[in-house]
Amino acid sequence: MAFLELENLSKAFGTYKAVDGLTLSVEKGEFVSLLGPSGCGKTTTLQMIAGFVEPSGGAIRLGGKDLLAVKPAKRGLGIVFQSYALFPHMTVAENVGFGLEMQGVAAAERMTRVGETLELVGLGAFTARFPRQLSGGQQQRVALARALVIRPQILLLDEPLSNLDAKLREGMQIELRQIQRTVGTTTILVTHDQAEAMALSDRIVVMNQGRAEQIAPPHEAYEKPATAFVANFLGKTNLVNGASVRPERIAFAASGLAGTVRTRIFQGNHWLYQVDTASGLVTVIRQNSGDAMPAEGDTVHLAWGAAS
Amino acid sequence: MRTTPYLMSLPALALFAGVVVVPLAMTVLLSFHDWGQYKGIEPVFILKNWHEVLSDSYFHEMFGRTFRIAFCVTLLAALLGAPEAYILNRMKSPWRGLFLLVILGPLLISVVARTLGWALLFGGSSGLVNKALINLGLASSPLPFMFTETGVIVALTHVLMPYMVLAVWASLQRLDPQIENAAIALGAGPFTVLRRIVLPQVMPGILSGAVIVFALAASAFATPAIIGGRRLKVASTLAYDEFLNTLNWPLGAAVAVLLLVALVAIVWGTNRLVERRYAQVFA
Ligand SMILES: Nc1ncnc2c1ncn2[C@@H]1O[C@H](COP(=O)(O)OP(=O)(O)OP(=O)(O)O)[C@@H](O)[C@H]1O
Ligand SMILES: [Mg+2]
Repeated sequence: MAFLELENLSKAFGTYKAVDGLTLSVEKGEFVSLLGPSGCGKTTTLQMIAGFVEPSGGAIRLGGKDLLAVKPAKRGLGIVFQSYALFPHMTVAENVGFGLEMQGVAAAERMTRVGETLELVGLGAFTARFPRQLSGGQQQRVALARALVIRPQILLLDEPLSNLDAKLREGMQIELRQIQRTVGTTTILVTHDQAEAMALSDRIVVMNQGRAEQIAPPHEAYEKPATAFVANFLGKTNLVNGASVRPERIAFAASGLAGTVRTRIFQGNHWLYQVDTASGLVTVIRQNSGDAMPAEGDTVHLAWGAAS
Repeated sequence: MRTTPYLMSLPALALFAGVVVVPLAMTVLLSFHDWGQYKGIEPVFILKNWHEVLSDSYFHEMFGRTFRIAFCVTLLAALLGAPEAYILNRMKSPWRGLFLLVILGPLLISVVARTLGWALLFGGSSGLVNKALINLGLASSPLPFMFTETGVIVALTHVLMPYMVLAVWASLQRLDPQIENAAIALGAGPFTVLRRIVLPQVMPGILSGAVIVFALAASAFATPAIIGGRRLKVASTLAYDEFLNTLNWPLGAAVAVLLLVALVAIVWGTNRLVERRYAQVFA
């Protein structure tokens, strides 16, 4: 039996169905991402697991027990909010220690565990600071440490990296994955960034309008998208003669679908092409190997899959 | 053209000087003049009024009463206003607007009208509440309200409550709505969330509300004049009396200036304290 089970989970706001019959099983230690466009019900799903939103239908079970019967304060889940929601009037150490204090952990043990956890997220030297005196990335780590220190059954992350700049976000992604591996906590991440979901997760749940379109490991969802929505959401895709082809799978060849290069954009490690063909505009991505590439206006032939 | 901004603020500065600085300076000057029953005001420089105000036990008692009333009003307003603002903030959309109107609406009604309402309810044996209590046999004589400190405190608290609610409400608005959820998820009960999470964060709001209420209560005129009357004088009603009844303007000026100085000192001191205490946390 799975560790966390969502069964036919639904939430309606008035007549609007924010979450519509979501079924999902998460194994112990697994990292699962809820991925989807804005407003598809990701946060609502997370808040139902956390207990801050009452489901209008369905069930949530944790370790075989009905989670909906447990009060939010007693669920023992670690949550990192999108806004971090740090306590501004408490120092970093007090923020992280708050959960342990609520559990009645003695002061000495509390100090040790707070120290360990802050060390884990690389903030060992910042215990006496107030949240205001930290950068966005550091605040994010405090929020993570505060959620991890109580040794939660599940870690819930609501777009924890969306407030960081691209560079920092990448660094935090790697760190987040490492930390999760180290502590082995079952984790559910909410994000609308497909690259982030694919980089971090064991499995992703691609959501659309409150429904799960596909639940699969990232590679499988990318290679074998169950629906056109999933194919489009997980990356650029071409629809050529009814088949969906990823742009990086198309090569320039001696023969194949003929076309004219309309635009060519250099993006550092790769070239992005738009080619006019008989079956419409096709996007092509080619690795930058340093070789000469077709220029705008050139006539090219495109080949992919079995044909290449 | 460095001077342009200063030139442009000249009209405002002139107005400020004309309506605030000059009358204030004249009042301060007036407090050093002499006055006699028959000779009237004599423009000389003496310390008689100040000596009288600072040494006479009558003035001590009156200033003590003024600040005692202001302190009690501030305390009551904080104790009642802060929870009121919190509850208001948690209300759902149509009710919130409605109750905000109920709380702030009285600001649109004259202080005199609101205070007279209290007088009508509790004023002597003809006051509505007193009449009812006596008729019901719950009280043998009218409740002592008029001409008592309690009466002034109750009426002033009612009058000044909206300022406290507004100040606390403003700081509640700045609260991240997820912060309470974060504390709950960490295992905090509702009371702990209030005491450890919400209260410390709205404390600056409560303190700034307290400064406003204290200043307004200590310098209030209409309410103590109606409820306290001639029998229970506070600084502002006393200054008024000196000016318009006794016609001893210099003594009235000394009272008024002393009240102003004491208030400025208290407000400024509290502000310094609050700023130093919270600079780190709430920048
Ligand atoms: N309290 C509420 N009352 C009414 N509608 C709501 C409420 N909360 C959410 N919704 C609606 O439910 C839908 C899903 O909201 P949700 O916050 O779960 O989206 P999301 O997937 O997290 O989006 P985002 O990526 O923008 O955060 C949205 O259309 C939203 O407008
Ligand atoms: Mg969301």
